[in-house]
Parts: sequence; structure tokens; C-alpha cells
Amino acid sequence: MYRDRLRDHLVLIVGVIVMMGPILVAITTSSYDRVYIHNHGMQIGWGGNFLETYRNVLFYKGGFSGEVTGALMAMNSAILGIGFAVGKIVVSMLAAYAIVYFRFPLGTFFFWVIFSTLLLPLEVRILPSYEVVQQMGLLNSYTGLILPLIASATGTFYFRQFFRSVPDELVEAARIDGAGPFRFFIDILVPLSKTMMAAIFIIMFVVGWNQYLWPILITTDEHYFTLVRGIKQVLQVYIGADIPEYNEALAMAILAMLPPGLVIVVFQRMFIKGLVETEK
Amino acid sequence: MQSSRFDSPLTPYFLLLPQMAIIAVFFLWPAAEAIWSSFFLEDPFFGTRTFVGFENYVEALSSADYRRAAWFTAIFTLIVALGSLALGMWLAVAADNVLRGRSAYKTILMWVYAIAPPVAGLIGVMLFDQHIGPLVDFVGLFGHEMKVGVNWWDTAIAMMIVATWKQIPYNFIFVLSGLQSIPNSVREAAAIDCRSSVRRFWTVIFPLLAPTTFFLLVINITYALFETFGIIDLMVKGEPGNNPKTLVYKVFLDGFRGNDLGGSSAQSVILMILVLVLTIAQFRLLERRIHYK
Repeated sequence: MYRDRLRDHLVLIVGVIVMMGPILVAITTSSYDRVYIHNHGMQIGWGGNFLETYRNVLFYKGGFSGEVTGALMAMNSAILGIGFAVGKIVVSMLAAYAIVYFRFPLGTFFFWVIFSTLLLPLEVRILPSYEVVQQMGLLNSYTGLILPLIASATGTFYFRQFFRSVPDELVEAARIDGAGPFRFFIDILVPLSKTMMAAIFIIMFVVGWNQYLWPILITTDEHYFTLVRGIKQVLQVYIGADIPEYNEALAMAILAMLPPGLVIVVFQRMFIKGLVETEK
Repeated sequence: MQSSRFDSPLTPYFLLLPQMAIIAVFFLWPAAEAIWSSFFLEDPFFGTRTFVGFENYVEALSSADYRRAAWFTAIFTLIVALGSLALGMWLAVAADNVLRGRSAYKTILMWVYAIAPPVAGLIGVMLFDQHIGPLVDFVGLFGHEMKVGVNWWDTAIAMMIVATWKQIPYNFIFVLSGLQSIPNSVREAAAIDCRSSVRRFWTVIFPLLAPTTFFLLVINITYALFETFGIIDLMVKGEPGNNPKTLVYKVFLDGFRGNDLGGSSAQSVILMILVLVLTIAQFRLLERRIHYK
């Protein structure tokens, strides 16, 4: 059935150039110094400044307070990505477990409340959400950064779907063996959900790591900046300077895309499975 | 539905507590607040509120700036949604056809999914930069001097290109997995009936992909409306001026820069209605798909 045709390969090669070209140019350009880039434009070759630029961005770059390095921002990004993914998995697994495996009067009501969160993405209610977080004194904190993002119910739906596909016989067997709801959850449901948890972790990690709008509102203290948030700061430098630090801006962009990129490439199969099955 | 369930009176409430607490504090409250304050005129200096009914809505909808943003958002959304779908599908069909190097193509074409919109925006800013941007030089070959950030249309087109580029991998992944779920027997039957691979695609494969296509269109529209915020913020360098902006970006500007709480809330509510319509459309499609399966 499959025949390799030249035309398909040509389409794919053009596609690869279009998709990866900008990233490769960003990498190569970041290896030149800013004056050279300013005079000669973006580069495809290899300049000698690569290590120095990345070392600057990672360890020496000061920000306003002079204390913030790229490494700190990377750590904040990791906290946001992992915190968001773990938080979402824990919260939504518990909620989905309650909805699927328990008979209780308000079950349907709760289901619809959770469902309603899918209707309004954070972007359309940013101002009031900001005010709530401000009133709670959570500006410039990891809690304020992560918790409001967990409010959307995508994870709950996903686990609900999965739990409903678990055969009834397992619950019955567990009950006959005298296992209560807690035992059943820990000993049977969690082990069964392992692959699904991993898949959703990968997707949520990327989503959390890449958050932008919420961090630019919530964090004004540079100690809480993530790499993606820091991109906006880089831009400010870009506007002000005579010769902007193109190389460092691009280095930051590369650093910001590297971890999520590696995660989806390394765990490719799980990532695709998670993406295709959760969103459908 | 699960027929065997546990009957403990309190456990489910404990299990739901974390989720419901977060939803109540960070979702229900702000959403109610947005709807509520859209009916008031707020004075940022004295903190006083006056009830103005639908005036904020009327003002928002009748302002020239809002209409410009709405018009741009419509075009932007249409082009980004269709463009990324078409290009993603094209690449997926090609990747599905080849045997050699398929997984390498797949891995490489997926990578851009991992890039945050503002990071894509930053790279876009550089590529379309007046001094250093190779794409400006490229367009220059055709006799047009691109001035992104100055010329409205040049900026709009650059934004659309970056936003489309960022969304191609998502479409690619979904179409490819849709293609791979089409049974070989169907493909073989089609190949016997029809020699032209282009016609085979449009008459056999494309209709089979229809559910995936509709799903992707809704997702792409949501993406273009909301998630492109970072791209737009970076490409106008945080200083929109007369540059094109989407409705979501305008909500942000009016609320946080202009301090127009009522106006910004009214715009939020209009967007909420839009999302509601989109979600209903998506669920009706989903229902229909389950029905036919």
C-alpha cells in the first residue's frame, strides 16, 4: 500500500524547513554577538559567541534587581509546569472518582458546575480573576500562579471518561474482598491509571511551562519570573537599547522552548496518546 | 454508566472539595464579578460605582476601536484556523504516504507544538525586524518593503503567519492520527477504484476525516481567539498604538492599561457568549459523531 513518492518527500522537506528553519536560525544567530547581528542581520553560520551568550543568560544576567538569572527563571518555570501538572492530576482524579464511583444527591449538580468551567477560559475573565488573587494576597507567590490555572476542568473530564471505561467487575470484586472506597482507589484505580496519568502529566507540563498571560499579571517581583514571562522583560530591553541584545533574547527563547520540546520528543508516543485521547 | 458504586454519605464531598473550592474561588467568583461589573461605571480614583445598565455594552459595541478590533479578529481567526488546518493536513497526508523517514518527519514537525506563543512571537519579531529580519529581506526581493509594527497590514500579515505556523503541529498530529485509524482495507478498496491520489483523497479520505476536521476547526478558532495573546503582545512589543489587535488583547489593554473596568468587563462578557456558542457547537458535533459510530 505504501509507496514512497518523491512528491510526498518534497512536501515534507519543505514542511520541515518551514517549521524548523526559524528555530535553527534563532539558534545560530544566538551564537553571534549583538553588534554583528545588528550590522549583518540574522545568521545561518556559527559565530564564536555561543557559550558566552548562554552563560550570560543563565548565570550573570541581572534584571532590575541584579539578582535574577536565567537559571532561576528556569527553576520557576519547572515549578509552574510540574506544580500545575501534579496539582491538576491530583485534584481532577479525586473529583472524577467521586463523580463516577459514588451515588450521592448532588452528584449531577457538581458535574455541571465543573463542566461550566470549560465555557470560560482564563483569558476572558482575567481582570476579575486578578482582583480575587490580589485580595487574597497571593500576588507574587507560587500558589497564586498555579492554583487559578487548575480551575479549568479538562483533567476531570478526562479522568471521568477513563474511569467509566474501567470494567464494573473490578469494583464488585473489590467489594467482595472487603475493600472500601479508599483501598479501591489506591490499590486498583491508581495503578490502572498510570499510563493515563503520565500522558496527561506530559501535556499539562507543557501547558503549564508555556503559560504567559497569567504570569505577566500575577508576578511583578522578578524572583517569581518564569522563562516565558521573562521573554516580555527581554522585549523591554529590546525597545530601549540602541543595539538590542538580540543574541541574549534569542538564547532565552531557545532555553524556554528546550525543556517542553525535549519532553514531547522523548515521550512522543505517550504525548500523542494523551493529546488525541484527552481532547476528543 | 457505572452500575456498581459505593454508598458512603460523606466521602464524595471530601473528594470533590479541592476541585470545588478552586472552582468557587478562582472561577465562579471572578466570572460573576465580570458579569456584575459590566453593568457599572467604576471610578478608579474614588472607587465609586454607578449602575449604568447596558451602557458599557452599547459603548463597547459602538466604538470605532472595538469594531476595528472585532473585524481584525474575525479575519485573523478565519485565516489562522483554516490556514493551520490546511497546512497541517497537507503535511499529515504526505507523512502518512511515505514509509521511509516517517517517524523522523513526525518528530521534527511536532516540535513547534512545544513552543510557547510569546516565544514564537519573539522569534517572529526578529524574523520580521526592519534591520535584521531575513523575511523582510525576502519580501524585499519582490519590491515590497515590509514595515512590521508601523504598517497596519504588514503587521497583521506577520501576526497571521506566526500564529498559523505555531498551530500547524497540532493539526498535523490530529490529522495524522486520524489517518492512521483508517483501516487499510478501505484504502486498498479506494486505490483499486480510483487511480488519482488527489481524487482519492477528496472523495474517500477527506470525508472520513470530517469529524477530526470539525473538531480541529473549533480548536483552531479557540486558539486564534485566545491563545494567540502572547504572539500579539510580543509582535506589537507591548505597545499596540495603531497596530492590529484581537478582542482578547483589547480586553487586557482596556482593563489593565486603560483602567476601564466596566468596559473591559462588558467586552469579557461578549467574549464569554462567543465561547459559549463555540462550546455548544463543539458538543453537538461530538454527539453526532458518537451517534454515527
